[in-house]
Formats: sequence, structure tokens, C-alpha cells
Amino acid sequence: MSEFAVEVRVVPRAGLLDPQGNAVEHALRSLDFKEVADVRVGRLIRLNVEAASAEAARERAEEMCRKLLANPVTEDFRVEVA
Amino acid sequence: MRVAIVTFPGSNCDYDCYKAFRDVMGVDAGFVWHEERSLDDPDAVILPGGFSYGDHLRAGAIARFSPVMDSVAEFAEKGGLVLGVCNGFQILCEAGLLPGALVRNDSRQFRGETVRVRVENDASPFTSEYRRGQILRFPIAHGEGSYVADDPTLDGLEASDRVAFRYVDADGRATAEANPNGSARNIAGILNERGNVLGLMPHPERAVEELLGSTDGLGLLRSLVGSLAEAAP
Repeated sequence: MSEFAVEVRVVPRAGLLDPQGNAVEHALRSLDFKEVADVRVGRLIRLNVEAASAEAARERAEEMCRKLLANPVTEDFRVEVA
Repeated sequence: MRVAIVTFPGSNCDYDCYKAFRDVMGVDAGFVWHEERSLDDPDAVILPGGFSYGDHLRAGAIARFSPVMDSVAEFAEKGGLVLGVCNGFQILCEAGLLPGALVRNDSRQFRGETVRVRVENDASPFTSEYRRGQILRFPIAHGEGSYVADDPTLDGLEASDRVAFRYVDADGRATAEANPNGSARNIAGILNERGNVLGLMPHPERAVEELLGSTDGLGLLRSLVGSLAEAAP
């Protein structure tokens, strides 16, 4: 077994209103970053997972996402194993 | 008749529910700590408002895995009446006992005020004392109360008469202005398929005495207690 560094990114689903993203977008534009659009604010969860392989670590992390880390109704997730 | 109020770390409306049921309705009410595995055979279960587990990750996401929630799901499965208010509604959605999810208010503000809701279903065990179309005044206090679900789910809720309450203005119109959080189709509360689980963001338990500014929540409590009394042998 080895330990794998896993990063999980959870973002609001496309089409879903993201008030946090909108607030950040407004702030950026008022700071004169007029080129920004479609700002979405999500969440980064970093964890170490003990597993037999990187693939096994990914599978476990995806299971964690489906069960707890992301809400499938409102959020999409992406898992990266270092 | 006994009502079990589940207390999670961070629940803060558990005593409001307790007082509403015990002092106002004269019903035996008791607390069940979230670590308990048994509800001890109650007649109804309340998941109160608050900020279970500090709303970390998502509101209700962690509470949903509290040991007691298995018993709550089992109780609901058997047809027992389960009422989730505010954070309780969020927990019921996270637990899959109700469809959809509650996300941050579109206004980006925490909203603490009295709103109007229209009774959309007056045939459930929670709403039988109201009449359809009746406008009620309920307090709200939430930052993540915007109800979302995909269109087939929303259509299904409407078609099966499971939208219990909708945010409306003084004239009973479900306008954007009357919607305090951006909820899909102004939905304030929904029922499960069987009609024995109700989740709503407004707080009926805080609208049970003149002192509180509204007594419109009494109808919900009376409906619930009335259906329990009817069900009793």
C-alpha cells in the first residue's frame, strides 16, 4: 500500500446560479478587470489516500465525492491523483 | 403522543420546537441526541433548524450521516411523520428523503425576516388545518435556502401536488420579489411521495404566539398533532 496525494475539485453545476461566483465577478470588474466573465467559485479538498495503486486511490476518492464531498444535484467534481 | 426532536451539534431551533409542541400544543416532546441509534418509538420526528456541524462542506451534508439518521430514515420508511425545518429541510434533502437541494440565497444575503407563503396542498398530514390558497406569515432565517432541482423533478413535484408552500406577495402572487432566496418556482416547502415527510425553509414553530408576530404556524402544528390523534387506535 502507498499513500497518494489526491485533490478533489467541487464546482457548482453548469447552469446553476452561483451567487459567490457572481459576487467575485462583480468585485473583479469593479477593480477594472473587465475581461473576466463566468466566474464560478468551488471548493478544493486535498487529502492523502492509502491505496494499492493510483487508480485505486482515484476510485476511492470518487466514491467519497459521490457519498459526501459533492452533492450530485448541485455540484460536479473532478479528482486528480498526484 | 410523543414528538422526538433530533438535536445535532449546531442545532439552535430545537428549543423553539420543544416549546411550541410542549407549551403551546401540550404535547409530550423530547430531545434525541444525534449520536443515538434509536428514536425510542416516537409518534413524529422533527429535524429542527440551526447550523448542524457548522454547515461545513454544505448545509446538512455531515448531519445526514449522524447515527440517528438511519432511524429517521427507517421511521419515515414506515410512514412516520417527519418534519424538517430550515436546516432540517437541508438535511432531509442531503439524506435523499426529499428530492433536490438547498443552495446559497441568490441575494448573497442571510435573510432573517417574516415572509408570506401560500398553502398549495391542504390535504397532507401537515397542512390539513389550512385551506388551499391561504396566505400565511412565517419567519425565515437562512443563508442557504434557495431550492433547486432539475426540471423533471420540479414538474413531478407540481404534478403530484407535493409543493406544500410557495413564497408569494400580499396578493398571493408568486413573484420574484416575493421570493426571499431565489428558490425554483418560489418553492418554500415540499412533501415526499407518500406525504409523510415535509421539509420547509420558513419556521412555523416560531409563529405560534401573538408575541412572536404571527400565529400562522399553529395550523401546521395542529394538522400534525391532529393526524397523529386520528392515527392512534
